Amino acid sequence: MAAAVVCGLCLTGCGGGASSGVAAAPGSGGVVNVFNWGVYIDESVLDDFTQQTGIKVNYDTFESNESMYGVLKNDGASYDVVIPSDYMISRMIEEDMLEPLDFSNIPNFSDIDPSLQNPTYDPENLYSVPYMWGVLGVIYNTTMVKGTPDSWGLLFDQDYAGQILMFNNSRDGMGVALKYLGSSYNTTDEAEIRAATDLLIQQRPLVQSYVMDEVFEKMQSGSAAVCSYYYGDYRTMADVNPDLAFYVPREGSNLYVDAMCIPKGAENKANAEAFINFMCSTEAGLKNCEETWYSTPLLSVREQLDPELTGNPDAYPSSDFLTERCEVYQNLPQDILALYDSEWTRLMLASN
Amino acid sequence: MKNKSLSIPYVVWMAFFVVAPLVLIVAYAFTARDGSVTLDNFNNMGVYFPAFYNSFALAAAATLLCILIGYPLAYFVSKESLLVRKVAMMLIMLPMWMNFLLRTYAWMSLLDDNGLINQFLRTVGVFDLVNALSGGNMTCLHMINTQGAIVLGMVYNFLPFMIMPIFSVIDKIDPRVIEAAQDLGADNAMVFRKVVFPLSLPGVLSGVTMVFIPSVSTFALSRLLGGGKTLLLGDLIEMQFLGNAYNPHLGSAIALVMMVIVLVCMAVMNRFGEGEEGVSVL
Repeated sequence: MAAAVVCGLCLTGCGGGASSGVAAAPGSGGVVNVFNWGVYIDESVLDDFTQQTGIKVNYDTFESNESMYGVLKNDGASYDVVIPSDYMISRMIEEDMLEPLDFSNIPNFSDIDPSLQNPTYDPENLYSVPYMWGVLGVIYNTTMVKGTPDSWGLLFDQDYAGQILMFNNSRDGMGVALKYLGSSYNTTDEAEIRAATDLLIQQRPLVQSYVMDEVFEKMQSGSAAVCSYYYGDYRTMADVNPDLAFYVPREGSNLYVDAMCIPKGAENKANAEAFINFMCSTEAGLKNCEETWYSTPLLSVREQLDPELTGNPDAYPSSDFLTERCEVYQNLPQDILALYDSEWTRLMLASN
Repeated sequence: MKNKSLSIPYVVWMAFFVVAPLVLIVAYAFTARDGSVTLDNFNNMGVYFPAFYNSFALAAAATLLCILIGYPLAYFVSKESLLVRKVAMMLIMLPMWMNFLLRTYAWMSLLDDNGLINQFLRTVGVFDLVNALSGGNMTCLHMINTQGAIVLGMVYNFLPFMIMPIFSVIDKIDPRVIEAAQDLGADNAMVFRKVVFPLSLPGVLSGVTMVFIPSVSTFALSRLLGGGKTLLLGDLIEMQFLGNAYNPHLGSAIALVMMVIVLVCMAVMNRFGEGEEGVSVL
């Protein structure tokens, strides 16, 4: 439904706007159709962009990489800018769903942290510009959990039966178990994946519920003690409930990068590039960072942020830690993806 | 002739938005990723038996509860004055003016272990009393993340669909029929058993249809109220479209099997209502 509306807007928008340039006068710039994660932006940035360029932003959100993928796969190019995560970007590149970017229209790209340029998911950096990044960790309630845990094991601890929240999607959920067992996130060894599922089935009686963004309410209200989520979200939750604490497990964790891309056949490509460039400006980057608490790829923004945040190893881990302990999700071959789904179904239908 | 041309918009609507999607589902269900015709999507259907079982069992429970709550309510409301009937129907419809998800979120914060109901029980000292009597250590009444909570969600959300058709059928029963029964010596219980109840069955049957079908295919309820621990068919199908593997073919196959089972259920049920008018879905 939402996609259809946007598609309609796109059709009307293209008539007047497709040919106008990058920095047209206000009111004449046409439109750009943006598809981003929910709660992942300071929305005043969109108005700033329209004011500066005259390009109207049609903003839409998705809940998971997979749902975004489903929408694009069905509708083709209804959107001009999408912001998927690393592994999904490499999958979309493989399936020829992304348009190469014209970096001469994105001069602010030079502000991107060099360690995030030419990433494994887009080795030649042709298709994507990093938007935010961060590290997955464990969030726990210090009034309910004893000691200072430092392992994924906390999520499998009998002492906290009924107070543990787990991811409600196969990639992240299996990832927790894989990492705890010492496997790679990107393993294609079927035995390792089955072992991870077996562990999750054992864990099932301890789990209060399988959730995604519902963790905010459950952790903030204290109805659950332990969950695994992202550092930026932890900051948001801790604003409400100061009893919460965060750590990156010693076994290692997931480093994720969400990056801006243009889907194949986008109708407002120049506007999309202008939008991406704007999002890489210090002004917009700073606003977004202060709103979402995620880690910025923009060096100039990092300089201006509160040193308490940029000096925090959970928000900005050292590059040693990132390279030695953290792994980026890579796109998995189709047969392994199918195995993930059937194993996840096995977990969800387990009778314990 | 005139009548025929008036029906064209409806026929077009049905063709585009009812028939075409059904054809697409069937087409997807019997094809593989590469477009070749196959039955593979149905091969592993047995694996999903627990999801089918969960869905049909919970939907049946919800439907039964809706009859038990909805029938007496509809019956007694229909005996009231016009004003009371109007206000009652308004109140029954009122929650439906709000979004389904919002209402379900409200139940989440009501049923939570630290939710409003438990806070209230704690404040008035119910748990202290229970603990004093039983010597236990009860801190909350655990309601959320259970199958009971899912059934509650279904009943709450779909109850008006049970009350409305029963009410409108009972409301339209000719009072002279009841008077005739009374004149012939039937007491109140007999009037209900022999006259009102049989005449109200078509309403019950369409109520059952309108509650059972959305309950079987519901999703989100199990995630929000059941903690994602009871996989229902709706969630299973959603997973095929929004999960890692993106397999609309398998998703369509599961949806198709579900539809066939629902149709069989409805056909069997309509047998019971044979001779009654205006309720058949087949």
